Amino acid sequence: MSAATVVPPHRPEIVREPVAAGAFGIVQKPLSASERILNIGAVRKLALIVVLAVAWELYARQLHNPLLFPTFSATVQAFVHGMLGGDLFVKAMTSVKVLLKGYAAGIVCAAVLTVVAISTRIGTDLLELLTSMFNPLPAIALLPLALIWFGLGEGSIVFVIIHSVLWAVSLNTHSGFLAVSNTLRMVGRNYGLRGLPYVARILIPAAFPSILTGLKIGWAFAWRTLIAAELVFGVSSGSGGLGWYIYENKNQLEIPSVFAGLFTVIVIGLIVENVVFRTLEARTVRKWGLQN
Amino acid sequence: MTSSDAARPLLAVSGVTLQYKTRDRLVTATYRVDFDVYPGDRFILLGPSGCGKSTLLKAVGGYLQPVEGEIRLKGDVVRRPGPDRMMVFQEFDQLLPWRTVKENVMFPLRSGGRMARREAEEKALHYIAKVNLTRFADSYPHTLSGGMKQRVAIARGMAMEPAILLMDEPFAALDALTRRRMQDELLALWEGTRFTVLFVTHSIPEAIRVGSRILLLSPHPGQVKAELDSLAPGADGVAVGALEKRIHAMLFADAVEPATPHEEHG
Repeated sequence: MSAATVVPPHRPEIVREPVAAGAFGIVQKPLSASERILNIGAVRKLALIVVLAVAWELYARQLHNPLLFPTFSATVQAFVHGMLGGDLFVKAMTSVKVLLKGYAAGIVCAAVLTVVAISTRIGTDLLELLTSMFNPLPAIALLPLALIWFGLGEGSIVFVIIHSVLWAVSLNTHSGFLAVSNTLRMVGRNYGLRGLPYVARILIPAAFPSILTGLKIGWAFAWRTLIAAELVFGVSSGSGGLGWYIYENKNQLEIPSVFAGLFTVIVIGLIVENVVFRTLEARTVRKWGLQN
Repeated sequence: MTSSDAARPLLAVSGVTLQYKTRDRLVTATYRVDFDVYPGDRFILLGPSGCGKSTLLKAVGGYLQPVEGEIRLKGDVVRRPGPDRMMVFQEFDQLLPWRTVKENVMFPLRSGGRMARREAEEKALHYIAKVNLTRFADSYPHTLSGGMKQRVAIARGMAMEPAILLMDEPFAALDALTRRRMQDELLALWEGTRFTVLFVTHSIPEAIRVGSRILLLSPHPGQVKAELDSLAPGADGVAVGALEKRIHAMLFADAVEPATPHEEHG
């Protein structure tokens, strides 16, 4: 066994003095202006948007068929015109109003359902059963029924939006609650918190990353359902929304206006995602170190 | 039992058997454990892993009910978790990430309308100063190091001025140097306020350093092996070494034999 006889060589001890900082110039240095600008996410995204818009413009010009694919500039023109003079702005506002009503109602329903689910075992079973039953069901498939139940108006659209928001938000919130660390749960109970205060002051903040994801998904689902519902049954409550605007303009072959309608949905989506949700994130989960 | 307050145990654990269920079996964690903690004690639960010391602490915390025997705090049976038994956990994630250091310490003071904001803030800052974290009062927990987080947890526990402070291996996840410093800080804090603490550890040196009274538990299931007096802080190394050896012998002497019978002649 040679391994046993191998002895590491004797080495002298080493003691060194660290070099003074002045000897090697830079220890810390601020980033250059261009580096700092590129560190801003909004700037990078804006650059991407410009690239996409230029690509759109070039492709549409080369195609040269405004009936099939209008250019970016024509779309923007129709958008600005619709917003300032036409009825696009009114239609968009109608849609947003209905959307917010349905979204808020959906969130309230989801909150009730998940609180019941987290506090009792049978509630958990109920939530799991209901989500597996109704989550795959497209909201738009409920529209005919909703029309019979709530009539040809806002009520039925709000109903289908609630359906599309409720399950996505509940599922995410519930899985967020389940993922809260056992230590934090014990801390909350150590404080003597029980019932609703416990959910509100411990579980909801701790599960906030998942809840936020649920809210974002719910928001997107709500938009899809709303536009689809408006396309399907057009005018409701007098004025009609964006979906109806798109449908109407398609019938009149005002294709740039159709694109402007879609463009509006995109713009609102971008604003909500990058301003509302981003701010909410920055003020909560990022500040708390729950998300990077 | 005499009528004098100091002579009556603050925490009386008598004949406590604890069981918990895992997915496929029922585990007996402790069997008929008795001990009394008196006001001002630094009472240590010491034993190898599997002796149910953490489970015992959780039972005192009110997180689980004994199947036999009872736990009384100031004469009342412990039934559920409550702020009169503040816990300091081993994990660093015990602070609420959505609150600053000061808010974390204030939270239990404020919740349930126990204290007005001003009063709670004053008290929180007082205890944060005691653990030398005044500079970080407005920082969020994710910006602190592990040792600092544990100090916040200790400040939070002490600010509540609980009947008894429960510490579940609070320094186990720290590096050796920080752990040593935290032990000294805990002793200094105790010198200042003389609170009662029930402290779980599996480290014999830590038990001797931190504790005034040590309960030795044997494993599978946890049973009381001995209850010893520890040494005063600053006792000389020879005495500490002797006590360490004695405890080591009591805890591990008979455990070694059945576990590794073929190494007996080694």
